[in-house]
Amino acid sequence: MTPVLSVRGLSVDYLGQGGAARAVDSVSFDLSSGEFLAVVGESGCGKSTLLFAIARLLSPPAELAGGSVTFRGINMVAMSDKQLRALRWSALSVVMQSAMNALNPVTSIGAQFADSMRAHGERDKRKIRARSEEVLRMVGIDPVHLRSYPHQLSGGMRQRAMIAMALLFSPELILMDEPTSALDVVAQRSLMVQVKQLQAQLGFAVIFVTHDMSLVSHFSDRVLVMYAGQVVESQATQRLFEAPLHPYTQGLLDAFPSVRGPKAVLEGIPGSPPDLSRLPAGCNFSPRCPKVMPACLEEGPGLRNVGEAEVRCLLYAKQVPGRRPAAPAGEEALRA
Amino acid sequence: MPDVLLEAKGLTRHFRIGGLRGRSLHAVDDLDMAISDREVVALVGESGSGKSTVARLLTMVYRPTKGEIFFRGKPVSQLRRRRDLLAYRGQVPMVFQDPFSSLNPAHTVGYVLTRGLKLHRRELGRRERQAEAERVLETVGLVPPAQVMSKYPYELSGGQRQRVGFAQALSYRPKLIIADEPVSMLDVSIRIGLLNVMARLRDEEMVSVLYITHDIASARYVSDRVLVMYAGHLVEYGPVEEVLQEPVHPYTQLLLSAVPDPRAPLGVTPPDVGEPPRVVDPGEGCRFRWRCPLAAQVCSQATPRLELVSPGHRAACHVNAPASTSTIATEVGS
Repeated sequence: MTPVLSVRGLSVDYLGQGGAARAVDSVSFDLSSGEFLAVVGESGCGKSTLLFAIARLLSPPAELAGGSVTFRGINMVAMSDKQLRALRWSALSVVMQSAMNALNPVTSIGAQFADSMRAHGERDKRKIRARSEEVLRMVGIDPVHLRSYPHQLSGGMRQRAMIAMALLFSPELILMDEPTSALDVVAQRSLMVQVKQLQAQLGFAVIFVTHDMSLVSHFSDRVLVMYAGQVVESQATQRLFEAPLHPYTQGLLDAFPSVRGPKAVLEGIPGSPPDLSRLPAGCNFSPRCPKVMPACLEEGPGLRNVGEAEVRCLLYAKQVPGRRPAAPAGEEALRA
Repeated sequence: MPDVLLEAKGLTRHFRIGGLRGRSLHAVDDLDMAISDREVVALVGESGSGKSTVARLLTMVYRPTKGEIFFRGKPVSQLRRRRDLLAYRGQVPMVFQDPFSSLNPAHTVGYVLTRGLKLHRRELGRRERQAEAERVLETVGLVPPAQVMSKYPYELSGGQRQRVGFAQALSYRPKLIIADEPVSMLDVSIRIGLLNVMARLRDEEMVSVLYITHDIASARYVSDRVLVMYAGHLVEYGPVEEVLQEPVHPYTQLLLSAVPDPRAPLGVTPPDVGEPPRVVDPGEGCRFRWRCPLAAQVCSQATPRLELVSPGHRAACHVNAPASTSTIATEVGS
């Protein structure tokens, strides 16, 4: 099956006074139609920048430094603004992090829906109205809210209205940038369930960016873990949670407490993410890594295939003898 | 049983909204709670449930509409003199949610800490203040303290700034730290370190903490007891393990089922109507009834009281915790 989206060696630089900082470092992946891909990492790891680069929404000081984004067989990087305008929203839409800031506060929801439909050549008022009502119903909002203004809706409803708007043209790909981070757990859960149901119904592919690994555990097909601009691990979701390969993934999985099972003392990941303009020598994660070896400080590891997973870590290099893949870090109590 | 440190009785705060029609928003209604020495109590609820209003009432940012707060048995509304108020605020300091806006960007960490000490612990000399500031920084895990003292907030990460917030609170020799969503703005990987700091404050510095959060998993991780709030009412409280294993109130059950957890089996999510709670002139009745799968006739007629489920564990639900014939209404807290 040909992928809907194929990203190859995508790099993004932030131009600053002290030279360029590479926020996304040659990221490659394929997304098949109807797939749910989660991109996970700490703040500043480049996950949102990657999403913006894919949608060609970068603005200075960020600049595309190389690579290609092939969407439906066409390289988006080479497209003109006009070509992009036709493509955006009709074939590919974006749901931003904060619906509060993404929706226009001074016009009604319906007017904003109509705007984007008119921009794509729909002139028939009745059709616009019918489609707007239809998508609102899809996300479980009463169509009377087409006349509501964003401030009259709750946070969860605003976020769902954003998703409804993204569905207006039944796109093949929806990019979501932390759409649930402003919501509390109950609203978050119901939004995720809804996205998943819509996906099953309409068959669009999703790239879902989040810092909360546990959130995507039940919803994504595959997880891409990013650290300091690089993909450090990519695996099918279930396997990633059962047997995380990269020490960073293991640390992330160990960092959140559970409401079930025995209570264990967790340690989290010591230190903080590196400054992208002053990356450490060798592996980017080496200063925080519990399994650091002398070789890690010399050379940054490449992305290797381990089984069906990809991982960027010297632990899995063949040259290092006597090292077995680390055991899955799960529930073990570090201090009972 | 340890001594009760802080106790609230019938704590109520209404906000007037909507000008002439004089509607009122019931942020907190008739809340009874107690916090003992050396315990971490989690106050859990969704956004808009009134958790932060409780924090502001307890730290005397707001005055209660009704009800009274007792600190070591003395009503705090009686504190009138500046010196007494200052002493109370030193003993019950607050740590804020947003580490990026709660520190003054124009001053170093050292200045911020020593200035607080000058105000709240006047007995200390210059040297002692310096030493005390270094001690609290070390306690919250900011090492080496001498180096951290000379840094400005912009030089610190979010997690480090939040630790400065705790160091500041700790320097006043507090009895109870009110921490309002202290980790919700931080990355998941950094949160756990700060939760460990809170547990250490309890164990080593003998401080109680009221941990306000919407994340019930982290509440379980650090706290001894948990209080669950919904739309201004306390709907359930008790020992944390007991409440989480056997939640009685349907809201607590909903909250628990919504926690994302890769270790949990993927179950069927109960349908959630997701209607926001009505807290503007709510009237009588259970405020969860519009979302409740168990709602019965009685739920719209009378506000359920907190009934005893087991020792120290109470829930306010007509269906799951019906009023017993011998109502023990006066016991507060555990």
